[in-house]
Amino acid sequence: MHPFHRRGARSAVTAFGVAAAMLGVAACGVGTTDTTEEAVEVSAEGTDDGTQLTLWTRAPLEKQANLLVEEYNATHENQVSLTVVPNDDYVAKVGAAAGSGGLPDLFAADIVYVPNWVEQGLFRDISSNVDALPFKDEINQGHLAAGTSDDKEHVLPFVLDLSMLFWNKELFEEAGLDPEVAPANLEEYAEAAKAVQDLDKPGVYGTATGLNCGGCLVFTWFPSIWAADADVMNAEGTEALFTSPEATEVLDTWQDLWDSGAVLPSSRDEAGPTWTAGFTEGNVGLMFYPATLLSSTPFDAGVAGIPGPGGGASTFVGGDGIGISKDSENAEQAWNFLNWMMSEDAQVEVLAQNNDVVSRADLANNEYAAEDPRLVTINEVAAQGRTPVALNFQQAYNAPNSPWLTLVRDYVLNDGAGNLEQNNQQITDILSQ
Amino acid sequence: MSLIATQRRVRPPRRRARVGRREAVQGWLYASPTAIFVLLLFVFPLLLVLQMSGSDWPLLGGNRGPNVPDNFVQAVDNRFFVDSIVFTLKYTAVATVLLIGLGLGLALLVQESSRWQNLLRVSFLVPSALGLASASLLFYVLYSPIAGPASGLLAGTGFTFLGTPNAALFSTVFLIVWRFAGFYMLLMLVGLQGIPGDLYEAARIDGAGRWQTFRSITIPLLKPTLALTTIMCVTGSLLAFEQFYILTKGGPDNSTITIVQLIYSVAFQGQNDLGVAAALSVMALLALVVINMAQLRAFRTDER
Repeated sequence: MHPFHRRGARSAVTAFGVAAAMLGVAACGVGTTDTTEEAVEVSAEGTDDGTQLTLWTRAPLEKQANLLVEEYNATHENQVSLTVVPNDDYVAKVGAAAGSGGLPDLFAADIVYVPNWVEQGLFRDISSNVDALPFKDEINQGHLAAGTSDDKEHVLPFVLDLSMLFWNKELFEEAGLDPEVAPANLEEYAEAAKAVQDLDKPGVYGTATGLNCGGCLVFTWFPSIWAADADVMNAEGTEALFTSPEATEVLDTWQDLWDSGAVLPSSRDEAGPTWTAGFTEGNVGLMFYPATLLSSTPFDAGVAGIPGPGGGASTFVGGDGIGISKDSENAEQAWNFLNWMMSEDAQVEVLAQNNDVVSRADLANNEYAAEDPRLVTINEVAAQGRTPVALNFQQAYNAPNSPWLTLVRDYVLNDGAGNLEQNNQQITDILSQ
Repeated sequence: MSLIATQRRVRPPRRRARVGRREAVQGWLYASPTAIFVLLLFVFPLLLVLQMSGSDWPLLGGNRGPNVPDNFVQAVDNRFFVDSIVFTLKYTAVATVLLIGLGLGLALLVQESSRWQNLLRVSFLVPSALGLASASLLFYVLYSPIAGPASGLLAGTGFTFLGTPNAALFSTVFLIVWRFAGFYMLLMLVGLQGIPGDLYEAARIDGAGRWQTFRSITIPLLKPTLALTTIMCVTGSLLAFEQFYILTKGGPDNSTITIVQLIYSVAFQGQNDLGVAAALSVMALLALVVINMAQLRAFRTDER
């Protein structure tokens, strides 16, 4: 009896010791995140020597990522193996890999998260190579700025996704609206939505949005505020400005639209997965919609910039930025991919040919865009668009329980216009952390 | 002489000790596979979580050194801390009452009905063959106001399964009942079959009615099974995650955030702070230990 006890105690101590030792090892592995990552300075072209590169991206950009990687692999010695991660799991996966030093050579990030991830040291500084690009000033400035910290560039635009006003020309014609003319301001937008609603066709609604999807609302409602020459945050991204007259006008318009029944009812609970489905199926009159879906919209749709109250046009320059990870041992080869990605070959012959937006202004008027005037419109509005920069963007806006979602839902759905001040403060509290 | 005597006296125990030691080594060898797994999969992660809860540990930045007790203060200050505890307890109460009640009811039904026994048992048990995440996805589609089979009917009424806080709670509870009632029925059935038939016969001879038999024989003799199922159900419900993560994502208007969901969202959806998430986990673990101990004690004293 007694020896057992003593032995038990001794083994417990041993077990604890082993565990503690392992913990120590693990802590070293996890804990040594180098914030002073080395800058990448390689030859302008990088190296193409048949190295196997890894690249991660999130599922919404799968189509564009596949096209780029296939073309690169077909024309280069280096081979990129692409991993596509579901949108909701991407941050967790990158976080786990960053902690254990297992990030791929190249990885893309939602542009609104880029400032934070650059700050955390996940991307290597590629400024000397970016600065050497002859067309540097033509690269989309919103994306470049998001990845710039201490005047050093860390990311390049991978895929641009712009929010645009799309309208269903057939439904417009039925509702007695001019199918060739876009609503000039947010008031006309609301009138058009109500006109389509008044057709009283079963299953057809004026407009739609994702009222339980912080990311969708950021993507489609911020531009209305920008179009009215107001801003959503201060320049540092530490203070929310949704109590401005311009922002309240946008919120009022949507509240009125919701109350009038012109918004697809399922929009209320729409958390993201199917927020564009109603329009794509041809059951919604007009909508603020991602430009990347232009090629997969099966009917004749008109495209214009997102108007604000009183006119103007703007867009959210979203999508993903891409950079070389802190854990990459193949920086020269990874730069070779980035350098090719920015070239005319990739931008025009891969992206533009497949109706995607190019990320270089000097290539906006390419031969493919000329065939479809809607692409020219998108490329032009891109220049007037913005990319908001804030370190705590995800927590403040995109997270499922973000205060931004509370603000919008309180105002538009729950008659809580009186809470605006307080909800705006909640966002500021998180932004300024 | 005295030396020899001492040697003689000492030798036998030494031999016994050698045998004992060999047995001990053998014993440890037998136990080592389990011990290694417990160490790797339980003790080590637990210590890691404890270390995290006392450290400044952002998801993307890694360990930045100890900061006790900041994480715990931040965890308690989280704007959903109290809400998530209240909601989790509410959900646990509803789910446990329904599952235990229905499990027992179905078990009695299956036991009584001799003709349809097999069919009933299989039909109640089939949902248990589906993983909880897959079941949640299935119901996500069924409840969807766009893709669901009832979407056409519901469009006119304005009702949605996940649209209001109460509808979302009970839609999720319905999924859980559908998924788990058969499993609890099976456990109850095993318990019921362990009650000797002659007890019921004796009760019948004594003139006891159905209700009396149920109250005085079935329930007392089923107590160990009831204890097991209640503990499983309470613990499972307190740790609810998949169903809410997939069906409601904590909505509408943050009304269905459970504790584990809060931990997940602090770690991976925005705040990205593993330290605070670990602090929440540690608190949840302690609460669970206390609740389980209380439950075990309650059922144990009753048994005596």
